[in-house]
Amino acid sequence: MSVKFLVHHEKDNVGVAVVDIAAGVEADGRYRDQEGDLKIKLSDDVPLGHKIALVAIGNGNSIIEYGVVIGLATKDISVGQQVHVHNLKGQRWN
Amino acid sequence: MELVSKRTFQGFRRADGRVGARNHVIILPIDDISNAAAEGVAALIPGVMALPHPYGRLQFGPDLDLHFLTLIGTGLNPNVAGVIVIGIEPKWTARVADAIAASGKPVASFHIEGTGDLKTIQKASRAAMTLLQDASTLQRETLPLIDLVVSAKCGESDTTSGLGSNPTIGKVAERLTEAGGTYLFGETSELTGGEDIVAARIDDAVQRAKFERLFREHTEVILAQQADLLGSQPTEGNIAGGLSTIEEKALGNIQKIGKARVVGVLEMGEAPTKRGLHFMDTSSAAAESVTLFAAGGAGVHLFTTGQGNIIGNPIVPVIKLTANPKTVESMEEHIDIDVSGTISLVETLDQAGERTIQQIQETASGKLTKAELLNHREFVLTRLHRTA
Repeated sequence: MSVKFLVHHEKDNVGVAVVDIAAGVEADGRYRDQEGDLKIKLSDDVPLGHKIALVAIGNGNSIIEYGVVIGLATKDISVGQQVHVHNLKGQRWN
Repeated sequence: MELVSKRTFQGFRRADGRVGARNHVIILPIDDISNAAAEGVAALIPGVMALPHPYGRLQFGPDLDLHFLTLIGTGLNPNVAGVIVIGIEPKWTARVADAIAASGKPVASFHIEGTGDLKTIQKASRAAMTLLQDASTLQRETLPLIDLVVSAKCGESDTTSGLGSNPTIGKVAERLTEAGGTYLFGETSELTGGEDIVAARIDDAVQRAKFERLFREHTEVILAQQADLLGSQPTEGNIAGGLSTIEEKALGNIQKIGKARVVGVLEMGEAPTKRGLHFMDTSSAAAESVTLFAAGGAGVHLFTTGQGNIIGNPIVPVIKLTANPKTVESMEEHIDIDVSGTISLVETLDQAGERTIQQIQETASGKLTKAELLNHREFVLTRLHRTA
């Protein structure tokens, strides 16, 4: 199995691509802090280093990475979509 | 694996007891208009290095205090064997030169008013010859690795920094400080979203209150501008690399200290007075913060990057790490340690941390870094407010 994305923490609702992944690919992922594998079908092309929604996240809900809130969704996000500045905004300095 | 507490490197012990990885003779201009004389000396006497900068006139208050502290700290840095100080007038020149000389380090100082550039260059060049010849007779000796101050900063980070390169040097922070070493980190604004995690690592209540004050003061300056920081912090490079918010960047940033406890909190450019992990209030801009760590006595700097920051420092060797395999490929001449295996899972963070400690030993013993080979000598003084 070649791991295509990593997840920092068990509570996270996003993972991080460690290779470029094309839309439509069923990507294998792994947790950084615990045993267990994940599989997510991507609906966007996601470049190395960019985030993938592991679950559906409603507009205004928390995006969690490292087990900590890194900002709020500014749109409804479905599983397998890319999560970045187009649908995520930080809560600080605004 | 050999215990970090028993490891050594081949370095230089200075008169004040601090240990260094390099043996530079530098020319420190006090002010912008003394750069030409400083560079004139460096052109005549190859082997001495001028550190030109654009400031030093009509500064006042805390901004002037930081200017002096940074110049003095740069002269006191253990990688420096001797210092030529050149300023336009005698009083501020003596203030910096005397503070450096008090450590027992060889210093010669010159002022230009009443003399002119050419005679000043002639006199300073004669002094530079003596300092350089004396420095050339100093031999490296076997020294404890934990006596060397190591600093850490990331730049042009992306999510591979938080996944790979930062936790790699987090392992270094844990092992070095557990063994009794000293490790500095900073980047005040870039803790935003993770500041409570850092505060909770500070056991001493006085130090924790100092951290909270420094963080609040830094944040107030940012918020007072009422600006949208997207593109500045996170930078456009951060965003291209997948980082979306300051909170996400901060959480990746603080991986650089691993699980280590923080024993001290330092003002900008302040040198630690005890061993262990220290936070220093700094800008998050690479060259500014490494210049401040150097003023605080860092002998070697660990610099993690995602998208490929290329910074160096004139007196402190900067060891660059990345976990981004694309950056390893496209910017190979800038990367000292490839830790991309930590995100493709062919190497553990512990293994990458061990390789990094070995690289610190080699670099501190004289092996040149990529930044040194490429002549990256960014010396950037932090300004706190407007000139009078």
